Amino acid sequence: MSAVRGVLGRRTPWLILGAALLLAFVPKLGLPAFYDSLLYLILHWVVLATSWNILSGYTGYFSFGHGAFFGAGLYTTSTLLGRYEWPFLATLPVAALVAALLGVGLGAVVFRVKGVRGELFALLTLAVTFVIGTIVVNTPLDGGQGVSLSAVPVPAIGATQSSTFYLLALMAATVTVLIAWGITVSKFGAGLYAIHDDEDAAEVMGVPTYRYKLIALAISCALAGIAGGIHALFLSYVTVGEVFTIAVPLTVVLMSVLGGSRHWAGPAVGAVAITLLLYSFTAADHAIAGKALTGVILIAAILFMPDGILPRLQKLMRRRTPPAAVGAAHPPSHLAATGASPPSPTSATTAGHGEVLLRVQGLHKSFKGVRALAGVDVEVRRGEILGLLGPNGSGKSTFINVVSGHHMASGGTVTFEGRALTNHAAHRIAGAGISRTYQIPRPFAHLTVLDNVALATMFGGGVASPDEAREQARAWLHFTGLHEKAHALPDALNLHQRKFLELARALASRPRLVLLDEVLCGLTPSEIDDAVALIRRIRDQGSTIVFVEHVMRAVMALTDRIVVFNHGELLAEGAAAEVMQRPEVMTAYLGKPHPPALQQPQERAHA
Amino acid sequence: MSGFSLPSATLLAQSILSGLFVGALYGLMGLGLSLSWGLLRLINLAHFAFAFLAAYLCYQLAGQGMDPLLTLVVLVPAFFALGALLQALVARFAITPFNSLLLTFGLTGIVEAVIQTIWTADFRKLESTYAHLKFKVGVLFVPVPELITFVLAVALSFAVWAVLRYTDLGKALRAAAEDATIAAAFGVNQKRNALLLAGTCSALAAVAGVCLALSFTLAPSQIYAWVGVVFAAVMLGGLGRALGPLIAGSLIGVSEAVTMAVTAPSWAPIVSFTLLIVILVFRPGRVVP
Repeated sequence: MSAVRGVLGRRTPWLILGAALLLAFVPKLGLPAFYDSLLYLILHWVVLATSWNILSGYTGYFSFGHGAFFGAGLYTTSTLLGRYEWPFLATLPVAALVAALLGVGLGAVVFRVKGVRGELFALLTLAVTFVIGTIVVNTPLDGGQGVSLSAVPVPAIGATQSSTFYLLALMAATVTVLIAWGITVSKFGAGLYAIHDDEDAAEVMGVPTYRYKLIALAISCALAGIAGGIHALFLSYVTVGEVFTIAVPLTVVLMSVLGGSRHWAGPAVGAVAITLLLYSFTAADHAIAGKALTGVILIAAILFMPDGILPRLQKLMRRRTPPAAVGAAHPPSHLAATGASPPSPTSATTAGHGEVLLRVQGLHKSFKGVRALAGVDVEVRRGEILGLLGPNGSGKSTFINVVSGHHMASGGTVTFEGRALTNHAAHRIAGAGISRTYQIPRPFAHLTVLDNVALATMFGGGVASPDEAREQARAWLHFTGLHEKAHALPDALNLHQRKFLELARALASRPRLVLLDEVLCGLTPSEIDDAVALIRRIRDQGSTIVFVEHVMRAVMALTDRIVVFNHGELLAEGAAAEVMQRPEVMTAYLGKPHPPALQQPQERAHA
Repeated sequence: MSGFSLPSATLLAQSILSGLFVGALYGLMGLGLSLSWGLLRLINLAHFAFAFLAAYLCYQLAGQGMDPLLTLVVLVPAFFALGALLQALVARFAITPFNSLLLTFGLTGIVEAVIQTIWTADFRKLESTYAHLKFKVGVLFVPVPELITFVLAVALSFAVWAVLRYTDLGKALRAAAEDATIAAAFGVNQKRNALLLAGTCSALAAVAGVCLALSFTLAPSQIYAWVGVVFAAVMLGGLGRALGPLIAGSLIGVSEAVTMAVTAPSWAPIVSFTLLIVILVFRPGRVVP
């Protein structure tokens, strides 16, 4: 599969350029001018829908503010043309810049607020559209009457005015589609897809989610700004009422959802289909019927093809040609199986056994007055397996969440390999060499098992090339015994396999320290034996392990040392067999014995 | 910017009053939207189209000599059925909240096309016995159609609030919104309740539509003019809260009216949307269900 994708992948940009080159000869055919205009409109919507998709389709942050960014470009160009008499082509970079700055300014505020996702993000961006529209209409930018550009000369790129616009839009569409494609095959794109599925988990895997969202938004806005700039001159008379509306974003959403918003070409396919459809109805004087039919299509698409046309077609193709796909899938995984690339994450760092790797001092964490951690000191030594124990609610998971950067500490310091990491963003902590698993596995639902692991290789592990990352990820799937499932989606895995996928992801970033949060919970006794053997092998690779667990059999078998938490404080520390005998530890687990029954715990301890 | 001037006290009071009346209509429109979003996770953009369809039907029936308020007897049950039908479709296909937004947008387009086919894109105004009735309280004029809207909005908001708070049905709906599986385990028939609620929401849209017909000029393109400001009222008021849209809607209506009186009418939209942005950025927990 990935071999096929590789070949196709290398050819895709040439196919796009080739198609663009062919399309550039269309004006030479001498078709009536209105064909140029129709083609212009199609390409115009291809740019808008594809650019929208770069943020919204890939990351799932559905923006309804595309009209604002498009409008920002449109009014930038019209102001520069109408008032300052700039040459038209010079206004386009400025239009892109203004739109991008607007997007970055908005994103810098909105992306910091964790709750604003999904429909809230959509409405927020829509509200921004109306605010900006109101400002534009009330200032000299528009003034309420609109801006006329009929006196501005159209540059002579094509033989006629309409062919000039067509060629401009063709260039913009080519660049936009190339960028959209390039992102999907890059590390950046992998990060965006991970944000779509589980933003918190992506951050913990090392994806700089905030920066990535901002960059995606900036690219998306800049391209929409260029489309706006070209469109200003195309319309030659611009009004706020037609730009800063709900119609622009809804149209691009419709196009992308129809075509398939997870695919780089999906929005383009949708844009061509919808524009042609609307045009054919307008041309035949059935604009109202066209509107109704668009509604019907949207409803049918949501109900029957929620993933869009392209993914649906891909699925059909895959079903029709299974032998080829399977044949292509085998060689690489086979190679990885026999190839001499066993995972060697940290062989170099096994030296220095016994020194302090992670030092946590006075760590505090409160949730609105509830003290989950009340100043704990823990040292983890290189090469050991440290068990972290304690009754429910004692602060074990909070400890892992704070050390991994999932939560901010309220006080105290975390030092790893001598570097202060307190309150660093989770992706930087992952990059520094600490990885974690979740008690309830949180795989990226739309990525294959292989890509789930490759993501950690790229971000936590710092591998730049997605192909190289997949190659390494295959080795980690072998290590955890998941290689048969490499191309399955996480949904197809059982709990045991999903726990192992968590482990594979945690290991794939080649961490020096792995935080395991109850990996054994919910497994059957024989599965626990497998997991214990696997954890031993992880340590033998050279990783240090902090191991939160309730399964005492595994704790006794695996740990070199344990620490016990109670009520957010450190209760005891030492070898497992010895610490568990201590009366204060037994009290924490079993409760205080009533005076008459004072003998009982001791009897149990003897037994 | 330009034309910034302080109006006289009477003018200001009159605009506050008219803002309150418009705000009540925002609240009435938002009530059904808020309930369906907060309690059913159905973001029903078609709510606006339903309101306009009801307004046009009211216009049509009133044109044939029926009292506009009497049309409610026909419209409320009809729209109840329509809403229940939509909910049945959404439940059958297990649609996510975001996709429900897109789905109902498609439905809005269809309803808009239907309206445009039957009544054309021209502006229509209901001429009823109420249209020009107004009376004077002190220095202020109180138009009767707006007063009817206000009374209906307040009465219905409080009625819904009481049902949600005190009846078993209301408690079951709130429980199911919080955790449908657990609620079902305790014997809540969410399927039936959802149909009931969705029907009620659409019936509320029909009432809002009649009020719309009483005091506004109708055009199919106007459907979208209400979307932004009513969404702002819904989110400011808190999803699924019966009194929220009324209070937030009145607040927005009044602040818009004051903005219009102090500056130019074209600045009005900035109030509600700035409020919405501020609340989303600083208190997203308030609107997240």
